[in-house]
Amino acid sequence: MSDIKLGTFSYLPPMSAERIRAQVDYVLKRGWSPAIEHTEPQNVGGSYWNMWQLPLFGETSAERVLAEAEACRKANPGHVVRLIGYDNVRQTLGTAFTVHNA
Amino acid sequence: MAASTASSRYSAGVKDYRHTYWQPDYAVKDTDLLACFKITPQAGVPREEAAAAVAAESSTGTWTTVWTDLLTDLEHYKGRAYRIEDVPGDPSCFYAFVAYPIDLFEEGSVVNVFTSLVGNVFGFKAIRALRLEDVRFPIAYVMTCGGPPHGIQVERDKMDKYGRPLLGCTIKPKLGLSAKNYGRAVYECLRGGLDFTKDDENVNSQPFMRWRDRFGFVAEAIRKAESKTGERKGHYLNVTAPTPEEMYRRAEFAKALGMPIVMHDFLTGGFCANTGLANWCRENGVLLHIHRAMHAVIDRDRHHGIHFRVLLKALRLSGGDHLHTGTVVGKLEGDRQATLGWIDLLRERFVNEDRSRGIFFDQDWGAMPGAFAVASGGIHVWHMPALLAIFGDDAVFQFGGGTLGHPWGNAAGAAANRVALEACVEARNRGRDLEKEGKDILVAAARSSPELKAAMETWKEIRFEFDTVDTLDVARAA
Repeated sequence: MSDIKLGTFSYLPPMSAERIRAQVDYVLKRGWSPAIEHTEPQNVGGSYWNMWQLPLFGETSAERVLAEAEACRKANPGHVVRLIGYDNVRQTLGTAFTVHNA
Repeated sequence: MAASTASSRYSAGVKDYRHTYWQPDYAVKDTDLLACFKITPQAGVPREEAAAAVAAESSTGTWTTVWTDLLTDLEHYKGRAYRIEDVPGDPSCFYAFVAYPIDLFEEGSVVNVFTSLVGNVFGFKAIRALRLEDVRFPIAYVMTCGGPPHGIQVERDKMDKYGRPLLGCTIKPKLGLSAKNYGRAVYECLRGGLDFTKDDENVNSQPFMRWRDRFGFVAEAIRKAESKTGERKGHYLNVTAPTPEEMYRRAEFAKALGMPIVMHDFLTGGFCANTGLANWCRENGVLLHIHRAMHAVIDRDRHHGIHFRVLLKALRLSGGDHLHTGTVVGKLEGDRQATLGWIDLLRERFVNEDRSRGIFFDQDWGAMPGAFAVASGGIHVWHMPALLAIFGDDAVFQFGGGTLGHPWGNAAGAAANRVALEACVEARNRGRDLEKEGKDILVAAARSSPELKAAMETWKEIRFEFDTVDTLDVARAA
């Protein structure tokens, strides 16, 4: 087993769909803009992953966010996929966590 | 009446301070620096006279009239006591509010502000004890100071950590390890899941472990932990030194090794050294962790000294990306409401006056970045739910004994802390109440983490419930 970790929540067991959805709900509830990113496993340490479309500004549906993450995963086999919540007020990422590990 | 000083004839002698420095009708200016002192006067000294004496001695006045007073516009330059209030539940003392014109202070100099505000006046005979409770720095003055070299957001981006507090650990035993063995302890903590390790404040450059050797082995430990885990790691390399020249030499070497963060003790090192180092850190892209040794000497007595919230404001102006703030839950001093007040003062853009949290003035920080609050001392995995509930995400939780004391060693202790933290963050985001359901959350997380389970068995549900010595005045009166 690889010792490579992928940031927040990577020390917990893989999350069920229900638990991932709860985290997406949290991003939306905080008013952050969800965004999907993906990259090759060897490049996970970099600041910049590939963007999957633009951030989903104004999105209010966790289902649609998760559907985009799934579409990203299908289109990029072998890639790691993460979900970001952009906090524009504090100019940082409110959170970022892996939703699909390659 | 109040404007008579400069226009009247010179008459030598001693006058009551209140004739010149007590001005209850004064309209405070936005540019004034405001201070709230808690004054315990000597018997028989009226409140107005004691307050005026403090205003005088911390600004333009001296004990007697001097002819050169008439060569300046004292009406403009003097500090004024403008309000007096009872201290709830303590008739031995009172609050005095003093306004100082901004011209009294050199721009960007925390050193100069403190030399004035807490200088000779603290030994003044007319008062039995004196405490500086709070200071309102006008935004015009704030903007002359450098502040945190990077701030919370930039540190998150540089370290690639989002959506959770950071985890640290002070390496122990704090004195006596060789540099190579020390690096081993660092590596084990970092590979186990911590973001940072830390030099103890006592660790500078002793004969058993010179700084250059320590820096070299720690750098190797960090590089190895980063390549093993794929995560960014750091160690607060303590560059506190006997002289500023030596401090900068150590900081330069840390930078040459590619280290992301250095550390300084801002009170023992001094505001001058601290401000200089913060400027160096900003110019060189190195984060700055700040320890606060000696603070309790200054801030613990309820009647004399300087409240920690003032020391904290001084640090935010002088510069630091992290500051130790107490834990509320651990073994050290702290009162929850007061702590919540000063961590806001460290992190937020604007903080409102709120006496229930010990905050006497609105404080506008303008564009100055905020810094991470560091909770450290006597904490372990069982404290994690409360720590997250109290501090939120923009904090560093440092478990020294709570990492290194794990029965299976540092890496297991680190993993236990990381699992506990992530389980608490996950649960909070799901809407669970950390302080009520903390035990269930940890027990559930331990089912898939033998390291956490062992940690929870080692420390059980220890609590440290000594009364705090420095409780808020409003809380004592309630």
